[in-house]
Amino acid sequence: MSTTITTSSEANGNVSAATARAAASAAALSEASGPQPVTMAKALNTALADAMHADSSVLVFGEDVGLLGGVFRITDGLTAIFGEQRCFDTPLAESGIVGMAVGMAMNGMRPVIEMQFDAFAYPAFEQIISHVAKMHNRTRGAVKLPMVIRIPYGGGIGGVEHHCDSSESYYAHTAGLKVFTPATVADGYRMLREAIDSDDPVVFMEPKKLYWSKDLVDLAELRSAHAAAASAGSSSEGRAAVARPGTDATLIAYGPSVPTALAAAEAAALEGRSLEVIDVRTIVPFDDATVCESVRKTGRAVVIAEAHGFASVSSEIVARVQERCFHHLAAPIRRVTGFDIPYPAPKLEKYYLPGVDRILDAVDDLQWEN
Amino acid sequence: MTISANHTAPDQTSKAPTEDALSQTATKFGITAEDYMLPARHQIEMVDPDGRLLPEGEQGTEPGHEYPLPGDEELLAAYEQLVVGRRVNDQNSALVRQGRMAVYPSSHGQEACQVAAALCLSDGDWMFPTYRDAVAVMTRGVDPVQVMTIFRGDWHGGFDPLEHKVGIQCTPLTTQLLHAVGVAHAAKLRGEDTVVLAMCGDGATSEGDFHEALNFAAVFHLPVIFFVQNNKYAISVPLAHQSVAPSLAHKAVGYGMAGERVDGNDVVALLAVLDRAVKLAREGSGPLLIEANTYRMQAHTNADDDTRYRESSEVAEWRAKDPVNRMRTYLTDRGLLDDDGEARIREKAEAVATQLRDGLSEDVPVDPQELFRHVFSAPTPQLKEQSALLADELARDASTEEAGK
Ligand SMILES: Cc1ncc(C[n+]2csc(CCOP(=O)(O)OP(=O)(O)O)c2C)c(N)n1
Ligand SMILES: [Mg+2]
Repeated sequence: MSTTITTSSEANGNVSAATARAAASAAALSEASGPQPVTMAKALNTALADAMHADSSVLVFGEDVGLLGGVFRITDGLTAIFGEQRCFDTPLAESGIVGMAVGMAMNGMRPVIEMQFDAFAYPAFEQIISHVAKMHNRTRGAVKLPMVIRIPYGGGIGGVEHHCDSSESYYAHTAGLKVFTPATVADGYRMLREAIDSDDPVVFMEPKKLYWSKDLVDLAELRSAHAAAASAGSSSEGRAAVARPGTDATLIAYGPSVPTALAAAEAAALEGRSLEVIDVRTIVPFDDATVCESVRKTGRAVVIAEAHGFASVSSEIVARVQERCFHHLAAPIRRVTGFDIPYPAPKLEKYYLPGVDRILDAVDDLQWEN
Repeated sequence: MTISANHTAPDQTSKAPTEDALSQTATKFGITAEDYMLPARHQIEMVDPDGRLLPEGEQGTEPGHEYPLPGDEELLAAYEQLVVGRRVNDQNSALVRQGRMAVYPSSHGQEACQVAAALCLSDGDWMFPTYRDAVAVMTRGVDPVQVMTIFRGDWHGGFDPLEHKVGIQCTPLTTQLLHAVGVAHAAKLRGEDTVVLAMCGDGATSEGDFHEALNFAAVFHLPVIFFVQNNKYAISVPLAHQSVAPSLAHKAVGYGMAGERVDGNDVVALLAVLDRAVKLAREGSGPLLIEANTYRMQAHTNADDDTRYRESSEVAEWRAKDPVNRMRTYLTDRGLLDDDGEARIREKAEAVATQLRDGLSEDVPVDPQELFRHVFSAPTPQLKEQSALLADELARDASTEEAGK
């Protein structure tokens, strides 16, 4: 498959930046037309490269993002194409990465930084909460921080301790941060481009379980659709997607749980039950309208998330839907979430993660007999 | 998405660029890189507490750590700012006592550091201050009332950092040092010759971001001057509980940058050291760490009781080293300052004090709807809902009040 960046020779630091750039532009022009099987990782990588092509103030940095291309290869080839000034490794210090990004964003850049893993972003928590989220507010909008903090998150990859946290609730709880999480390959491209375009700081949560999942997408078309939308000033931010239409109950999910919810809907269909699946897409800002429209229509809802249920994004969704749709509900809203335990060891994670059966059990409990 | 296995590692024999630049700077002074990075044996001091210029041999200078005496004009300008700074500190403390301001962390006794930190920079440079550095921010040219808005209680900040190239007055200790690093890095990538001065206190040097900022600045070889005001206490905790390093300036060598100690109550020495640091940084020396040896003459803030952790005799000792009196004596003895000059400067200081009194006594109307205006570039649907909720609540309050009349 021909793409914007990254053949193995480009990723090799031997290729001069100019040659690589020429090769990349040629590749972009000759990119295979029509839908191709593309991984989420490739879509994110292409989004980064395209954003860097489009705007020289877009910089990528973090741990191992240069020569190695990131431990998940999302920044693969970027240093070869754009040079070490635009994509580079920093010393190993997460607060340093975020704090330096704040200063760069204050001074005309649009940093896109990578936290290597969900649980290794915690050293940067103070910078994120006390500055990234508040700078716009305390300066009455004089200082905007157009920066993206990319965080691979969630489980399902058999990861060892500290490599599988679902940390989205911490960020979603913090006023002043936008929180995006794509569930499809096309959204991976689209939402990352929009996050980079945003003048507000975005915490971009990448479901690491989905990095290698493939969809049929046309990257060239996504690229031109983005360009058209951007020049028209429109964005899909704040808009949830109906991932599968249905009539009997609504499954509300985001990020890594969306494919699970779709699988559950597929299974339910075989049993004659029509489930609508909503992909939240941007946790902040939250799309109350789309979610509530679905629940008012179906009268029943299950919220699905990998994160611990207690005091979480899933609790927030239940509260919001209940406040807005109470009189349309035929049954209490159910949740299928991770248990309130530290993320378990690889051999135990299948008991922890919301799965199709647990979702279907919850759907069965939605008082159908009434 | 796989990468080839034959990645060539960067040439291990070539020295890192920073290391080269370091030894280049050291060579310029005819000393070793170690001697360049290590602070001079003694702190740099030029005018003693009695206002007398020290003989050159007693200023603490060494080969490679030489500091020319700043020019008379610069010194007079600094003295004027010292007097204004002292008046600002005392006026603000009075406003707190009168309940006009919630709190004020005074830099009384540290005015020489405050003034020199601002005066050493050019217009295109940046400064990253802490909560205690209001006088430095004003000396940089930010409107005094705008500076004090943060303590007035109607918003968390009053000036535009981009307009003045001054960071927000930062409270989470040393987090601002990393913002300074980022601003310097962005400028360097664009080929600008911006120098950034980043300030923190002695206690703050224990924080993790202090380490990360110094290391990032050194590794990326950025023109950042880390300026530590060692005023001996972090609220109640003396420096001995923070660090057993030979001095805070000695920490520089661990990062591969130059460190220096300076008498923080001697504005002459401060200007000499900071001016040279700015010049070196602009010429590409990489970051520097300057420790100013000073003293916090008043409690941490009005809410603090410093008699619980320090002797009044210690405070008295430092009163004798006052930075303002010292400079007045020096300039008067040199014939650069007379009674008329002194009176004119005092008038200026009084004008700033009046400005502060007026500005802070004013009952600034607050707009509750502004709560929602600056969270994001555009309000989210949720914020619009909440804003409508508050508007409705206020409208109902107003009509109840109206009915009650
Ligand atoms: C991260 C963080 N921890 C604790 C505090 C509370 N605090 C405010 S000032 C201060 C003392 C700082 O001392 P120092 O760095 O020496 O500066 P000084 O106040 O003496 O100017 C403390 C502990 C804070 N502001 N930020
Ligand atoms: Mg202190």
